[in-house]
Amino acid sequence: MKEIRYVRAITEALDEEMARDRDVFVVGEDVGRAGGAFSATKGLLETYGEMRVRDTPISETAIIGLAVGAAAQGLRPVAEIMFSDFLAVCMDQIVNQMAKTRYMFGGMYKMPVVVRTPCGGGLNAGPQHSQCIESWFAHVPGLKVVMPATPYDVKGLLKSSIRDDNPVLFIENKALYAIKGQIPEEEYFVPIGKADVKRTGNDVTVVATSRMVYQALEAASALAAEGIDAEVIDLRTISPLDKETIFESLEKTSRLVIAHEAVKLFGIGAEIAAMVCEEMIDHLDAPIVRVGAPFVPVPFNLEDAYLPKADDVVRAVKRVVEF
Amino acid sequence: MLDKEHLLEILYLLVKIRRVEERLVDLFSQGKIPGFIHVSIGQEAVSAGVCSCLGAEDFIFTTHRGHGQALAKGIDLKRFMAEIYGRKDGFCKGKGGSMHIASREAGVAGSNGIVGAGLPISLGAAFSSIYRGEKNVTVCFFGDGASNQGAFHESLNLAAMWDLPIVFCCENNGWAQFSPQKVYMKLDNISRRADSYGMAGVTVDGNDVLKVREEAEKAVERARRGEGPTLLECKTHRWLGHYVGDAQKYRPPTEIQEVKQFDPIIRYENFLLESGHIGREYLDSLEARVNSEIEEAIGFAERSPVVGAEELFCDVYA
Repeated sequence: MKEIRYVRAITEALDEEMARDRDVFVVGEDVGRAGGAFSATKGLLETYGEMRVRDTPISETAIIGLAVGAAAQGLRPVAEIMFSDFLAVCMDQIVNQMAKTRYMFGGMYKMPVVVRTPCGGGLNAGPQHSQCIESWFAHVPGLKVVMPATPYDVKGLLKSSIRDDNPVLFIENKALYAIKGQIPEEEYFVPIGKADVKRTGNDVTVVATSRMVYQALEAASALAAEGIDAEVIDLRTISPLDKETIFESLEKTSRLVIAHEAVKLFGIGAEIAAMVCEEMIDHLDAPIVRVGAPFVPVPFNLEDAYLPKADDVVRAVKRVVEF
Repeated sequence: MLDKEHLLEILYLLVKIRRVEERLVDLFSQGKIPGFIHVSIGQEAVSAGVCSCLGAEDFIFTTHRGHGQALAKGIDLKRFMAEIYGRKDGFCKGKGGSMHIASREAGVAGSNGIVGAGLPISLGAAFSSIYRGEKNVTVCFFGDGASNQGAFHESLNLAAMWDLPIVFCCENNGWAQFSPQKVYMKLDNISRRADSYGMAGVTVDGNDVLKVREEAEKAVERARRGEGPTLLECKTHRWLGHYVGDAQKYRPPTEIQEVKQFDPIIRYENFLLESGHIGREYLDSLEARVNSEIEEAIGFAERSPVVGAEELFCDVYA
């Protein structure tokens, strides 16, 4: 095993896949000469040259369109969108083109595109550089949406995403880029569509995504001191959703809290809650409680008040346990 | 000057596109085709002129008004018709319909129902060619209306920066849906926009198929030589409405009549007759040949199985 930062785990995944497969190329704003706004593509230009590490103009629509057209012809583009907020700039290419190309042309094309992009607050980046908008894309058939929280998962999932023949929206978290974790020296993969139980417990299931996995784990430690044994599931992939892992955990705990950094209303938590209500409401001993951001934009100066925290998870768990 | 074989091939494309679309209008009016369709009657010289200088290995991207472009590129008429009927033997198993006809064999790489959205995708096809060191060229068709989309600007700028082997072919029929060019654009010639991206731009009479072919050939060869993209504007006329069934109440009836005097097919036929390349009887036999191909394709489409609900979940993911 070795210690590595989240952002360097991304670089390693890209490097390994580019070394293995000549069809893999990286494209985006400042991914080459500058090595990426968050340095995720650092060193790739020097190793793989200008044809495979392409700096583009500030043109998100052109970036995604280019990736769609190249993927249809058999290449495997990894496009970087500098902040996930900028996905809104190229929604047509993502939603109407990338997601639908295979279906609308009757299976004529594979669409092996990875769109890497960082989400989330914590850097005081303001309302247009801090959102979590994964639910927008999870609502679109044809896309896969991946959202890893740890260095181990980000590397293993990025490698799986690059080898996947479908478009994958790969949502990193800029507040996590600097965190360190252990990964194997040898090659490994993390499958898309498989959640991970990050902490086992018997009293309550906490399903969390991205940065909130850490808040959930912190909450679980605090709750343990009070005799409440929480199980923490890191969703890792938003779509396709790993229903089995959630249901299996609920068979045991019968209580559910869902925690995500995105605004609570109309989020992934609502989908999970609805799914559980539809299919296993008889197993529940308490109402489902969601933890998420308030229904406001992400303020530059009030981030601390905005972001959901471990304390919010603790309160939510107590509500369902004490019900 | 093109040899006789090529001249007659162009005539065949023109007549085929016109007759296919006339039949589509009939079939649609009879309720045999679901949804809505957009035809390019009056604009055939653009598709025929441009595609006649491409090979099967070259890519084209077509639009919602893309029947002519796909047919000129050599797409199989039977499967084309089956797609428009929404049947199983269509190129997309009927899931795309009239606006989404593509064929790998014919190099019809994509087709789009979103105005201007094909341009960014054409960048990727062209990039795949230079990435692999191949010499094929990409032609991206779009209309005058699409040139006001942001995607147009982003695509032309990037293509110019990277010297991508693309011909951006603006089929300017003077109408963006229900609005004439003068109400949404200060310019007369859209090709002037090329200058702002540092690429070649040219405007040609889009009703003169040989002029279209001549300028398209220059642009295609420039792209093939690695000298970058061209914005080729072909000025033509849309005879019918935005969609079949559009009563065109926004358009003076006199104008609809006036534009028919620019019929690119009659013009080209007259040229071939006057220059002695063909006689009247050739035109009659060509009409008969095209007509029989169309009837055969309609028969094929109508015999093709209706797609069952089991297909609903196929091909969402690979």
